Amino acid sequence: MNIDIFLQQLVNGASLGSMYALIAIGYTMVYGVLRLINFAHGDIMMVGAFLTFFATSAGMPFEVAVLIGIVGSAIIGILTDKIAYKPLREAPKISLLITAIGISFFLENLFTVLFGSTPKAFKAPEYLTKIFHLGNIYLPISVIIIPTVTLLILAIVLWILYKTKYGMAIRALAFDIQTVKLMGIDADKIIMIVFIIGSALAAIGGVFYAVSYPSIDPLMGIIVGLKAFAAAVLGGIGSVGGAVVGGFILGFTEIFVVAMFPELGGYKDAFAFFFLILVLLFKPTGIMGQDLERGRF
Amino acid sequence: MKKIVRNIVLIIATLLFILYAQKNFDSYTLSILNNIGIFAILALSYNLINGVAGQFSLEPNGFVAIGAYFTAILLIPAETKVDMFALVDPAPIILQMKAQFLPAIVIGGIAASLVALLLSFPVFRVRGDYLAIVTLGFGFIIRIFAINNPAYTNGAMGLNDIPSNANFIWIGSIALITFIVMIHIIYSKFGRAMKSVRDDEDAATAMGINTFKMKTYAFMTSAFFEGLGGGLLASMLTTITPDQFSFLLTFQLLIIIVLGGLGSMSGALIATILVMGGMEWLRFLDDNIVLFGKDFGAHPGTRMVVFSIILIIMMLFARRGILGDKELFDYFKKKSK
Amino acid sequence: MGNSILKIENITMQFGGVTAIKDLSFEVQKGQIYGLIGPNGAGKTTIFNIITGNLTPTSGFVIFENENITSTKPNKVVYKGIARTFQNIRLFKSMTVLENILIGFDAQANYSYFEAILRLPRFFKKEKEIRQKAYELMKIFGIEEFADTNATALSYGNQRKVEIARALATNPKLLLLDEPAAGMNPNETAELSDIIHKIKKDFDLTILLIEHDMKFVNAMCDQLTVLDYGAKIFEGKPADAIVDEKVISAYLGDFSHA
Repeated sequence: MNIDIFLQQLVNGASLGSMYALIAIGYTMVYGVLRLINFAHGDIMMVGAFLTFFATSAGMPFEVAVLIGIVGSAIIGILTDKIAYKPLREAPKISLLITAIGISFFLENLFTVLFGSTPKAFKAPEYLTKIFHLGNIYLPISVIIIPTVTLLILAIVLWILYKTKYGMAIRALAFDIQTVKLMGIDADKIIMIVFIIGSALAAIGGVFYAVSYPSIDPLMGIIVGLKAFAAAVLGGIGSVGGAVVGGFILGFTEIFVVAMFPELGGYKDAFAFFFLILVLLFKPTGIMGQDLERGRF
Repeated sequence: MKKIVRNIVLIIATLLFILYAQKNFDSYTLSILNNIGIFAILALSYNLINGVAGQFSLEPNGFVAIGAYFTAILLIPAETKVDMFALVDPAPIILQMKAQFLPAIVIGGIAASLVALLLSFPVFRVRGDYLAIVTLGFGFIIRIFAINNPAYTNGAMGLNDIPSNANFIWIGSIALITFIVMIHIIYSKFGRAMKSVRDDEDAATAMGINTFKMKTYAFMTSAFFEGLGGGLLASMLTTITPDQFSFLLTFQLLIIIVLGGLGSMSGALIATILVMGGMEWLRFLDDNIVLFGKDFGAHPGTRMVVFSIILIIMMLFARRGILGDKELFDYFKKKSK
Repeated sequence: MGNSILKIENITMQFGGVTAIKDLSFEVQKGQIYGLIGPNGAGKTTIFNIITGNLTPTSGFVIFENENITSTKPNKVVYKGIARTFQNIRLFKSMTVLENILIGFDAQANYSYFEAILRLPRFFKKEKEIRQKAYELMKIFGIEEFADTNATALSYGNQRKVEIARALATNPKLLLLDEPAAGMNPNETAELSDIIHKIKKDFDLTILLIEHDMKFVNAMCDQLTVLDYGAKIFEGKPADAIVDEKVISAYLGDFSHA
């Protein structure tokens, strides 16, 4: 692999990794506060991409359309929590997981029924798709913009988590929900904020996906969501920084392994799964995570 | 003693019904019974890991696929395989694999069970709900594997001309055996230990229960019968493709065991009949919908929207399902002294 | 000293930067009722979790019957002969009283998975055995009438009895009781003391108990260790503890009802 191709793949990997990272943050934050694998998270990403698609199709400027996608996803995220998860806070864990898978399946099929299962071409604005070249490397501008925006968003999320009182409450909730309630914090409100942040980031991830591929379909969230969850576990479930690290590692791995061993191209979607298995076997707390699952007495 | 006599009478009556049905029922009725039988096998076994042991898993489609492929490869004659494999020549081992019907489906079950053993190590040694996500991922991996290894699976085209040995005598009897095995597990120290893991893992450990072992037993047993069910399915359908074993299958089974009551085997049987019937009855939803003389066209997936709403509503308002985690006969049982 | 059953040797336990237990040592003699007391957060339950293998100490050893069992897996610790109850009663909520107690007999019902599935003779023999034993246990606690009742439907006092019976079913030599009298009224507490004395004698037990209630401890224990902030501040007879100045200052307030 010569240096040009290497650089080109590096940028592609960063772009793909950004997408996984953005979605993984939502998984990891919800897991942190509810100990729930939110199966619907990948589908919320899909909703974000679809809303953006409809808004642009209706003639709105891309930026406004993205905003609609973000807000719409956040609302779906809040509704999911309020309708499906909140009534089950005290119920056995398995009920919550079943409801989560129910919501996921509901969103996938609802969008299939409403908009059909054929992929729709996603038209991104020209300033994102324009090709530029540096020496011998030819790339769409989006692959530079996507990681940059992602890092910016990460900075904002970390600022919220570590510098605001809501962030403190989120971190406290991840530690122990009972203590937080005793401290007089409205746990449900904090959980709602987590769903807003997670869903908004998923929507942005969904738009990035749509811009890169560039097509969307109602089932796009399944595999991407699964991979993002694997990335969150790899980074250390519960850790936002870990989710980002895990996302980028997965992104780079997919791009570079396929570049070096093209015959493995068909297995690209399986890498995340093997990461997941390896992490669980050898370091279940992931790269940056703490042990959230120690038995409590 | 009275109980044993009663049980033997029930078993013989069921077997007689199976024989009678196979001889006298028309092929349409039999195909419905076959479907119900296979789904009953799958739901009963899925209920063991999810309901009894309380480990949320999304594996059935993956294990059914393993059983189906093994059975298909073992049953299809070598000459047929050579003709069928269009993309590449079949691997030598595929041509050599050959077995009678019963050994073939049992091998399918064992294969699924061994895969379950392998998956147990990463997921059951750690706490948390990793089983769910790992098994969900596994369902996709199986499909990726099937598509990318045409020398073994004939790729996306799948396998056809599978000898159709699975009649209602096979399917019905295996469903009956599955039910008996599950009941025997539940009413033994293993069933109690699995339930204790579900109720409170720490307390179970403190009583000397090896929780890893109990989860693995439950998972491997589920996988075995799902593999077996997959083999029956392959032989019943005579054609399989990777896309057949999608998450949809798992989702239907999840609805069944939730409706029957997680942990209740008799509940799972009742719910299998209700859900399979409901699926047929709601088929019109996926067809063209005509309202006020206007044709809204066909919307495949509508049934699944309805079923996911039913699942969510049940979890929110009727979490115990039809029978809770008890068996039908528990409700009739007099207080033992 | 040859009669020691449990030795805690220089145990230190740190969580992150916090030291929960500091260089703690004590020894329990066979046949004793030994009390481990101290204010909330003194590290009592942490010590239990270390003994039962739920936690691995940062340093130090747990010696049970002259065998080092430090960081042995919790379910293996049970086989060595140590059973426990929990501070907040943890019965299996979907199970009847009988089934809860049968879980304790799990290891004694030594039939295999296949023997259970095929219902071979050993299954019936062993199940019958442990059911008989379970009924005997329930009789001792006076709860046999609730055998087929869902365990969590019982009164608090009875649930505590089920939990102790379940622990006894594992056939322990050493029984760890985590605040057994917590949440009980005086009548229930008195009844509990009687039962503890009785099972100690009948089953040839050694008992290590954590308590908050000094009165209960005084009436029960032969020997005790007082913990404060993870360190031992007293070891000796209960009668001496209540006049010890360090204990009084750590425990201030709790003596009002002693």
